Order: sequence, then structure tokens, then C-alpha cells
Amino acid sequence: MNGLQTVKFYQTGTFTVGNRLLAPEERSVQANMQRTNSINSGHRACQGCGEALGARYAIDAAMNATDRQLIAANATGCLEVFSTPYPETSWQIPWIHSLFGNTAAVATGISAAIKVKRQKGQGGDVRVVAQGGDGGTTDIGFGCLSGMFERNDDVLYICYDNGGYMNTGVQRSSATPPAARTATTMPLGPEPGNPFGQGKFVPAIAMAHEIPYVATATVADLRDLEYKVAKAMGMRGARYIHILVPCPLGWGTASHDTIRMARLAKETGIFPVFEAEHGEVKSVLAIRRPLPVEEYLRPQKRYAHLFGKNPAVETIAHIQALADKNIRKYRLQARQEGH
Amino acid sequence: MLKQCEGSHAVAEAVALCRPEVICAYPISPQTHIVEGLGEMVKSGDLRDCEFINVESEFAAMSVAIGSSAAGARSYTATASQGLLFMVEAVYNASGLGLPIVMTVANRAIGAPINIWNDHSDSLSQRDCGWIQLFAETNQEALDLHIQAFKLAEELSLPVMVCMDGFILTHAYERVDIPTQEQVDAFLPPYEPRQVLDPAEPVSIGAMVGPEAFMEVRYLAHAKQMQALERIPQLAEEFHKVFGRTTGGLIHTYRADDAETMVIAMGSVLGTIKDTVDEMRAAGHKIGVLGITSFRPFPLTEVAAALKHCKRFLVLEKSLAVGIGGIVATNVRMAVTGMGLKGYTVVAGLGGRAITVKSLTTLFEKAGRDDLELLTFLDLDWKVVNRQLERERQTRRSGPAAESMLRDVGTVASKIA
Repeated sequence: MNGLQTVKFYQTGTFTVGNRLLAPEERSVQANMQRTNSINSGHRACQGCGEALGARYAIDAAMNATDRQLIAANATGCLEVFSTPYPETSWQIPWIHSLFGNTAAVATGISAAIKVKRQKGQGGDVRVVAQGGDGGTTDIGFGCLSGMFERNDDVLYICYDNGGYMNTGVQRSSATPPAARTATTMPLGPEPGNPFGQGKFVPAIAMAHEIPYVATATVADLRDLEYKVAKAMGMRGARYIHILVPCPLGWGTASHDTIRMARLAKETGIFPVFEAEHGEVKSVLAIRRPLPVEEYLRPQKRYAHLFGKNPAVETIAHIQALADKNIRKYRLQARQEGH
Repeated sequence: MLKQCEGSHAVAEAVALCRPEVICAYPISPQTHIVEGLGEMVKSGDLRDCEFINVESEFAAMSVAIGSSAAGARSYTATASQGLLFMVEAVYNASGLGLPIVMTVANRAIGAPINIWNDHSDSLSQRDCGWIQLFAETNQEALDLHIQAFKLAEELSLPVMVCMDGFILTHAYERVDIPTQEQVDAFLPPYEPRQVLDPAEPVSIGAMVGPEAFMEVRYLAHAKQMQALERIPQLAEEFHKVFGRTTGGLIHTYRADDAETMVIAMGSVLGTIKDTVDEMRAAGHKIGVLGITSFRPFPLTEVAAALKHCKRFLVLEKSLAVGIGGIVATNVRMAVTGMGLKGYTVVAGLGGRAITVKSLTTLFEKAGRDDLELLTFLDLDWKVVNRQLERERQTRRSGPAAESMLRDVGTVASKIA
């Protein structure tokens, strides 16, 4: 040991000691004068709702990036239901809800209308965001989503992924992770919970369309989310951001644990956080020291059947293997520095 | 300008003259030539300030139109048959949101069995979807109705379906009078939306409505269609002033003045019916025709008035309400409630089955003698039906019924009685 040792603030980026170790521009700020508050308070989201938090930051970031020239199309689902009904609305931006499965197409139509209006000198450079939950995106809305991607329509689509149909009472979607209990994948029989070997990871499918921008994010790192939304709004064509938003109701977690669960999803490798341009991964949020998936699984009641008197060791190992695969595939692990 | 052209081309020209701003296209026969024509005009630059979007399904076509219309753009699409059914959820949504989209339906049968030929099953399956439905008798009328449709839709903030018989009209070459841009501009003002997605004045469109107001919102849709009952005849007059020809309106009668038997129908079959009636009139039969142009809203008063002096009516329709019989006929019967008329329902021309003057003459003569069942299937091959019914009685695994029946029919080029 000689010379000066570099001081490492392991807390940096993890917010374990709050914002104090971050530069002011990197700090999370709940409210300031510049915030557009596109989704007003007073809506009906559950306490600790990850989707409400994610949408608030995503849409405010998009508003900020577009000088408030933004229109949103919204799929049926929690976000639509908790932010309205008539005559109340939390939306401070032009907002339309049409159906469950057509949001990407509705956004395409809005974008086309704006383009023509601009050509005619009848409107400004208004931008379009489409948003929905994982059911509205990866299942019922997938055809329209893929069509919008493939045509490279000028739309940012944001998926708030909480791993199931939470609005209808926690049923399984194609984004429900393996082994998770839902109302339609009960912890019964020889393979309790959602089966392994099913489901799809839509960010990878979005990349296969070679659209200009695909990113994943979680509500554990709101600055990263804002950065990605701002970056996406700086580009043209089809863009996709997939945000992991823990759901206290569907996951069976405490409402004060939403951020923690999102962070654990990232730190275990369960949910890879990266960005890609034209089908190629350009950057990842690195994991300094991967945590065992058990830390992520154990606090969630949807995995309670894995941790009874006879822990499902093999199932947990299977989930660990999937997380490890993500870490390899997306090169998530930060390079270990020599001592 | 007079032009000899395909019906689809005539409609494409009409739509282009209406200065659409967003057109969504998904191929399905027999409407494809319409959107192909429009796509060509956009691509060549003849139709300016218009986005032509090749979507991945009819569901997306209507959804894109919903988005573009809500953002203030004049929006158009066309479909038929399975395509209309595939977009149904969005069809209802467009009318529920009050978006004045205009859509051509090139009427075609609905499967199974799959069939690409003409009948009215597709549009009539959507009779309660909240759209205005106008049926064209000729290619000229199809052309003209599209111009009227945009004006009607935008005035009322209601979507309009212009229905034209697939192949019979869409693919037929006829002489049409294509108006000038100046004429259309004089008739159809730019679109002024009632509601629009605009960052300067943010609104929420399409939020949930609970039991406290849902009935009222739905009633408003009905009230608007009742307004359309008044506007449609006025629009026909306004159209006449600008274009110099009579098109549109709610209903049309033909040789109806002293008719004892009135034949009621929609679409291109009215041409064959009128020819038949001409022949029968010449032979001394007191028979007339009532063509319904506006099926939604349904002109109850006008239909009743047109049937006031007859003794009986016969509804000939290219649709079947399986389990009861007629769709148009049921609507007509409501119009004549309490009038003491004899009424006959004739289901004809399903899946493109030809409707001939010969068959119609026999049919109308029987009706004139009140020698007709309440529900008749025109030119139905009972032998084939009965053989299949017998086969199903005899054999549990009788196989696909349609295949067996077609084998029984044998090889024929077409089925003309």
C-alpha cells in the first residue's frame, strides 16, 4: 500500500445515501419549478405504484425535451384507468385513449396528421408518445406495435412493464417472469407459477426491427430514465423504451419497496438495462457486483411458493441461470478493477 | 368530366378531390383498387399533403384513422368483409369518440366458408356500430356519396360508411361524371374538428364514462343520427346545386305511384329490379320500387310514406340474419308497424349468387298473388341442402359440410337459375 488510494463512492448511483454524493444536475428532484407535471397528483394509482412513477418521469422528460409540444396515446390498462375517468383527468397534455390493442397505430395516425399539418403550414413540430402496460404492448397490442416499428413511424412507444395484467386482477402476460404466481398461473402442480420457456422480451424484438432507438430502464434510476427519454425525443422514427415498473399489488411487495425491487431486478441481472441503436446495443447500466436472485425473489409474495419449508432450490437456480445469461448476453458486469 | 372507368377508380378520384390528409390502406378484395389508386396519386404527387400509410391489418387501419382524425386530419380508409370484421372494435371506437372518418366498404360476403363475392353481410353486421351507412346503387352514386359523406361526417362528428357492391360496382367499367376540384371545394369546406389533440389546448379524449352518464352519451349518438335524417336530404339538394345532378337522399322510389306491390332493396341490385319492374309494368302489373340509400340512420318515416298506398311489400336483401331471416326486412317492418301491409322477406344473392330478371319476375308475380312464404331464399338449391341434411342424419363424421355440398353441385361455371 503506497501512494494515494482512489476513493470510491460505492453509493454513487445507488442513492443509498440520497443525492448528496451526486453532482447537482444528476440529482433526482421530485419537484421543481420547471417540471411540467404532465400527470397531476390526485390520480387513483395504488400506493407505491411503479407505473405512476415511471410515467410521471418519462412524460415530464418528453415534455421537457419537446418544449411541451407533445401528444400522448394511451392503451387501456392501469395507467389509463387510474389517471382518469371523466370528468377528472390527471393529464395536463393532449391525451387520447382508444383501445387496449391499438395504441401504437393510433400514435402513427397522430404522427401522420401532424406531418401533413406541418406541410400545410398549419401546425408546429408536435411529437408523439404512445404508452401502455406490458399486456397492451407485448400481447394484445403487439401487432400494431410491430407495424409501427417496421414502418419506422415517428413515435416513441413506452412500455411500463410490471409483468402482468394488474388492472384486471393480476393475470399472466407474455412479460410475466418464470415461476411467478399470477391469478392464471397459480402456484400449483408440478411446475408452480408461470412456466419456464415461455414469454418474450420485447426490447430484443424491437431491436430486431432495427429501429433507431431501443432502451430499457427501471424506476430505480430515474435520471437514467429521463436521459433515455430525452435522447429518444431527440431522434426521429420509431423508438421504444421498456421500463420495469414494480407493482406492489401484483408482486406482493410493500409499497415502500418499489424502488428497491426495481434496483434489485437490475442488480441481479434479472432485468438488463441497456440502450441500443439500429439493432445494436450501445451501452449498458453495469452491475458492479451481481446480487443473487434470491434477494430479489424473496421479498415478493408472487414467489412465496419458492421459499416455504422446502425451498424450490432447483427453480431458484433456474432463475439464477437466466439472470446470469442476461449478464453474459448484455455484458452487464462491470469490469473488476485490479487491486 | 365524363370518363369511362372502373368503379374503384371513380371512388379513388372522388376521395382525392375531397383532399384527404391521411389514408390508411390494407389490402382486401374487392376494395384494393380504391386504395391502390389513391396510393398512386399520393406517390406521384398528384394528391398533395396526404399521408398514405400501408398498415399491417384492418384493425390498424381504423386505429391509424382514429389517431389522425383525433389530431385534426381528414381521414379515409376502405375495407370489406373479413377486414371490416377484423376492425370492429376500432369501428365502434371511432363512432363512440365521434371521429368523422369516411370508409368505403366494398361489400363482400363473410366466411366461413370463405367467399370473396358480393353480398351485404359485412356492412349489415355493423348496423349498430354507430356509423352512418349509405348504400350506392351505381358507380356515379358511389362517387357522389363519398363527397357527401365527408361533409356529413364532419358536420355531425360521426363516421360514415359508403357501401358499394364488391365487384358488381367496384370492378365494373361505367361512364361516370367526375367533378372538378373547384366544384368539390365549393361543396366541402375544410375540416373543422369539434375536438382535437392540440398542445395549445390540451384535452383528454376517450376516458372512462361510468353509469352516471353512459346512457346520455350513447343517446347523443342516436340524436346525431336523427340529425343526419334531416341533413342527408338537404345535402342532396346542396349537392344538386353545385354538381347539377341528384344523388343521395334517404330513399328513392321508382314507378311507385299506383303500385300495389313495392319491392324494397339496397345497392346495385336495384338496377336489375327496375328492369324487371319495367317489363312487368309493360305486362300490366302494378309494381314499384323503393331503394334505400341511408340504412343508418334508417328513414322510418320516409319508408312508411313510400309504402302508404301499396298493398304489400317485398324486401329483397343480400343478407341473412341467421335464425330469423331478414335484416333490412326487420327494419322495414318496424317502419310499417300498424299499417296492415303484407310483407315478404327474400334473401338473395348471398356470396355473389346471381340475381336474374327471370328469377325476379317469377318471384314478384308470386308476391303479387300473395303466394309467397314470409321468408324465401331466392334460387336456393333444395336438392343440395336436403342431401346434406340427410347425410348428417346418416353419418356422424359427415365431414366439412361445404365440401360435400359443393361435390353434390358438381362442376359449374356459375349458378344461374
